[in-house]
Amino acid sequence: MNYTFIALVENKPGVLNRVASLFRRRNFNIESLAVGRTENPEVSRMTVVVDCPNGDYDAHKIEANLYKLVNVIDVQDVTRQPSVTRDLALIKIKVGPEKRAEVNGLAEIFRARIVDVAVDSVIVEITGTEDKIEGMIELLRPLGIVEMVRTGQVAMTRGVNDGVRRVQGVLGNRYEDVSELAEMAP
Amino acid sequence: MKKTGAEILWECLVREGVEVVFGYPGGANMPIYDAMLSYPVHHVLVRHEQGGAHMADGYARASGKVGMAMATSGPGATNLVTGIATAMMDSVPVVFVTGQVAAHLIGGDAFQEVDVTGITLPITKHNYLVTRADEIAEVVREAFYIARSGRPGPVLIDICKNAQVEQTEFIYPEDVKLPGYQPVDHAPKDSLERAVKLIEKAQRPIILCGHGVLVSKAEEVLANFAVKTQTPVASTLLGLGAFPASHELSLGMMGMHGEVHTNMAIQNSDLILAFGMRFDDRVTGTLKTYAPHAKKIHIEIDPSEMHKNVAVDVPLVGDLKTVLTDLVPMVDEYDHDAWLKEISGWKSEADTRNIINWPDDGKLYVPHLIANIWKATGGGAIMTTDVGQHQMWAAQYYALDKPNRWLTSGGAGTMGFGLPAAIGAWFADKDQEIWAVAGDGGFQMTAAELTTAVQEGANVKVAIMNNSFLGMVRQWQEFFFEKRYSAVNMLSPDFVKLAEAHGVPARRVTKREEVNEAIAWARKTQGPVVLEFVVEQEDAVYPMVPAGAALDQMIQRPVK
Repeated sequence: MNYTFIALVENKPGVLNRVASLFRRRNFNIESLAVGRTENPEVSRMTVVVDCPNGDYDAHKIEANLYKLVNVIDVQDVTRQPSVTRDLALIKIKVGPEKRAEVNGLAEIFRARIVDVAVDSVIVEITGTEDKIEGMIELLRPLGIVEMVRTGQVAMTRGVNDGVRRVQGVLGNRYEDVSELAEMAP
Repeated sequence: MKKTGAEILWECLVREGVEVVFGYPGGANMPIYDAMLSYPVHHVLVRHEQGGAHMADGYARASGKVGMAMATSGPGATNLVTGIATAMMDSVPVVFVTGQVAAHLIGGDAFQEVDVTGITLPITKHNYLVTRADEIAEVVREAFYIARSGRPGPVLIDICKNAQVEQTEFIYPEDVKLPGYQPVDHAPKDSLERAVKLIEKAQRPIILCGHGVLVSKAEEVLANFAVKTQTPVASTLLGLGAFPASHELSLGMMGMHGEVHTNMAIQNSDLILAFGMRFDDRVTGTLKTYAPHAKKIHIEIDPSEMHKNVAVDVPLVGDLKTVLTDLVPMVDEYDHDAWLKEISGWKSEADTRNIINWPDDGKLYVPHLIANIWKATGGGAIMTTDVGQHQMWAAQYYALDKPNRWLTSGGAGTMGFGLPAAIGAWFADKDQEIWAVAGDGGFQMTAAELTTAVQEGANVKVAIMNNSFLGMVRQWQEFFFEKRYSAVNMLSPDFVKLAEAHGVPARRVTKREEVNEAIAWARKTQGPVVLEFVVEQEDAVYPMVPAGAALDQMIQRPVK
């Protein structure tokens, strides 16, 4: 199952490498990783989607190990929190004038936009959850996708929450649900 | 006042209490070495940077302070790597300073340029690349703070040559600002209460005492807890010495080469109190059958160790000494007489197989030699080891009553650790008797440091257990590879002549009746001494839990 983590990190050279290296070192596979600035110039924000074959057991391991990095200020596992997640894709389709209308129609349904039109191709821009984007890709595929790029997922929890939330677990509390964790251990 | 980056470095190191540095100069750190002459720091010129790293490590383990090693860029820095990994695996606070090519040359494959921060990223607690002089003060302050606090570990600072020579205003930062690094001391009250409930119910409890007890200086409060609750104490390899071996509640070492009764006690316990240890595979055996009836309370400062190998019932994240100090008044006094009796039953059965109780057959056995050194030194020496059979025998037979006298590479299992670690330990306490036990294989990995010992007058006694084999690998090949010996026969130089060429007095011992006299001679000879013991070639370390077996499925020494 995929888990989504938001990490706030110090905006310093090499921090992305430290985070990426940690996943390699602990043998986890990153599904997507999006990094960008925040409202605070000293802080960058990462959204990391990771495949966790052992569920919460792996998620705990990732969270605790991310905290061990000196440059990581905060980590949230938002997998089960009410949150908004978005991915952006640019999809280039090989299509002449005769089928443009079909692409247009699909784009409207998915609230996507056509951002470039050439003689024999169009570029569609779509923003949304992973599911929505996957859905659109499936429909566009028969028309002939020649190129595609995705930003990777970004996430934000709903409600008044600045994203900074010291996860109690790292201070010792969340592991209290150990009976559960014991069953999760591989 | 303006100072060069190199001067600022030393200003900061002196303020951190650095008195001795183990290092090796080269092109990229020459300004640092030039500035060093103006500061009250003793520099030990090592023969290989790996030796320097182990010396700083041994110094840190023996003194409880932060060790310090230096190297130049490129190969100088890469030679440190084994020593850095060794310190990382055993949570030892060491700060490494390496020279780096000038910032504008980085990435251009300049002479002696290696991406040291990249290489050491996974084997340091944290590392820094410094490209400007005005970063140095803050970085050094942070590095020492990170190295010694929380779960200690090595920190590396890679300083570009231009940053060493640039002049800048020296402002010593009074505080460190690390928003993402805040080690926890106290465990939450409700978790402590849940732990107390488990302790109340336990009939067959056992304490697993790890390196964290020493790191946190929790020896006394651990003893209070053990005595108050009458709970026996088993130790990990690195936890030895934290609880007196002669104490009636002491069970000695657990794990792959642990005592039979100790492993039996763990497997039959109903409550495990894991203090500052991490359930390494060498102490658990297979996890499928590990302590199947036991509830588990884990006190540990590193949250990522919680549930890592063994899922626990009550995790208490915090500083061990602080948490135990909170816990002791919350528990009542108990007695577990029946349980302790059961354990001593297993013990007396195991004693019949103990090689120490064998009659003299004229041959030299390492356990006997360790016991002889133990007797001669009253068990009070600092004992450093290499890795392999002699290390396990030293752990089994050099019974320690006092902390911080057992310096061994546990997590990394680094051969060649013993001699340099002993030299480092000597700088921590020059009046302390220090013995390094090594095998013929490991000794040859860092034997060049004998000259370092001579140059510094380091009063360390080296006991080489020469069985002409890489003994532990040979033992595994005997047990698990049908005695097909592959690359374990080892030809060694004449160790006595080798030592003498270094200027070190040395003796070869081949008979039992020579042993005590040789040990006495080594002890009364000032400065470094080498004793080579020519021991039984194909002895094996018992008991042994084969890799992947349950902890109580031990191969025991045959009865003679």
